[in-house]
Amino acid sequence: MAAKLEIRDVGKSFDGKEVLRDIDLSVKEHEVVCLIGSSGSGKSTLLKCVNLLVPIDEGSISLDGREITGPDVNPDVVRQKMGIVFQAFNLFPHMNVLTNITLGPRKVHGLGRQLAEERAAVLLERFGLVDKIHDYPDRLSGGEQQRVAVIRALASEPELMLFDEITSALDPELVAEVLDVIRGLKDQGMTMLIATHEMGFARDVADRVCFLDDGVILEQGAPKEIFTNPRAARTQQFLQRIIDAGRL
Amino acid sequence: MTDRSSPLDEVMRRGPRLLGPGRSPRSREEGARGALIAVISTIVFAAVVLVWVLTSETWPAVQKQFFSPSAFREVFPKVLSGFWLDVQMFMVAEVLILALALLVAMIRALRGPAFLPLRVLAIFYIDLVRGIPIILLILLLGFGVPALQLQGVPNGALFWGVTALVISYTAYTAEVYRAGIESVQESQRMSARSLGLTQLQTLRYVLVPQAIRNVIPALLNGFVSLQKDVALVFILGVREGVQEAEIFKANTFNYTGYIAAAVLFLLVSVPVARFTDWYTDRDRRRRQAMSS
Repeated sequence: MAAKLEIRDVGKSFDGKEVLRDIDLSVKEHEVVCLIGSSGSGKSTLLKCVNLLVPIDEGSISLDGREITGPDVNPDVVRQKMGIVFQAFNLFPHMNVLTNITLGPRKVHGLGRQLAEERAAVLLERFGLVDKIHDYPDRLSGGEQQRVAVIRALASEPELMLFDEITSALDPELVAEVLDVIRGLKDQGMTMLIATHEMGFARDVADRVCFLDDGVILEQGAPKEIFTNPRAARTQQFLQRIIDAGRL
Repeated sequence: MTDRSSPLDEVMRRGPRLLGPGRSPRSREEGARGALIAVISTIVFAAVVLVWVLTSETWPAVQKQFFSPSAFREVFPKVLSGFWLDVQMFMVAEVLILALALLVAMIRALRGPAFLPLRVLAIFYIDLVRGIPIILLILLLGFGVPALQLQGVPNGALFWGVTALVISYTAYTAEVYRAGIESVQESQRMSARSLGLTQLQTLRYVLVPQAIRNVIPALLNGFVSLQKDVALVFILGVREGVQEAEIFKANTFNYTGYIAAAVLFLLVSVPVARFTDWYTDRDRRRRQAMSS
């Protein structure tokens, strides 16, 4: 299978501080890759680099074999092919659920209003949110907001989904409903790159897990390997702390 | 440019609460007591000022020159018709200012090297205009441009007076909008861009609508300011309210026209100022309710 996403030797510094170094990672079509590691290890930055929200300093990133980090690439066009969901929901507070979801399809993909709204309604139905269609974000729970944010990203029919710790800002009892949405996407074969602190979830859903530490991928492999038989001392230490905290 | 509310304003607005036991009186009696104190102190204060002024030796002469009822009756219709021009200038200018300032602010908010020349131009314009006293701008445009006798360019004092106001207020108002755009969280911009929206679409659909909501009180403040500053074009000889008072004064050596003009300006600007405060208060309460 061809690689959907190919990250090669990517490096990134902020004000002289190296946050990503020699990142090599590829995600095949229909594959789910989870990025784990402590806060500040570079997971979020890596996702933002892939979405071209943060320009990389070194290396290259390719989507479907075409480089997207070159100077002649229009980032707006690249972003049309992938969706990203952030930790803090980031719904547009001045628009209701329906408008939040149809904004991209209508303005970016040129869909007519009626078609865009029909498709949005189908997605909302699928994720059990159709009764919230005319609500504004401040009327929704955190879990509902985050599910709407996922739908908003899906509405543009992306080929690749990026998730940036999307359950970290949620109350514990709301985490499951959001993770279930991702499981549903996996069943449909969505290609996904997921930064997460939910180790149990990563173990269940990931085809491959990457452990990031201080801007470097220390090891990657099948979840079974990483979680039961980590090689690097830092990975062992990290997982031990998670286990001690009762999170795995 | 901005209208800061004076402590007196604050008392008028909050009424007895500010003089009473605090913003939320614990009991009704305390509230009533506060109200009583407020009324008494206001009456005492007004009486002192009144006696002080009325016992001044020159008061009879001042009264005749500034507060003459007969002169008021004579001058008021003239000042009123001039004032109508002030109102019209205000309305035309305000619409232009709101639109042009938004354009300038959006240009300033664009990122990336491709837009650098536009950004520099916008900054240059804002710095230049904000650095010139508005009265000077009115004089320069009002007397300077007609003197050039350019083909196809209007020469009227009214036209150039309003143009100067628009140029000046657009610069200030653009900064108000810009503050609003910058007050919208960066994550909103990122979300919008991640959906594939272009910079302009992001501004138009996501940032500007939220920004405007954030700066409505500041924009209303600008309304109050401009509503008075339109009178500055009198210096070009435009026959608006102040100019009519000026003409009356020149003919009769009586200043009552100024008072008539002041009354008219107050009649319009005080309600707008009260509305601004009311709106700002309501908006703040709504935000507090939302975040709690």
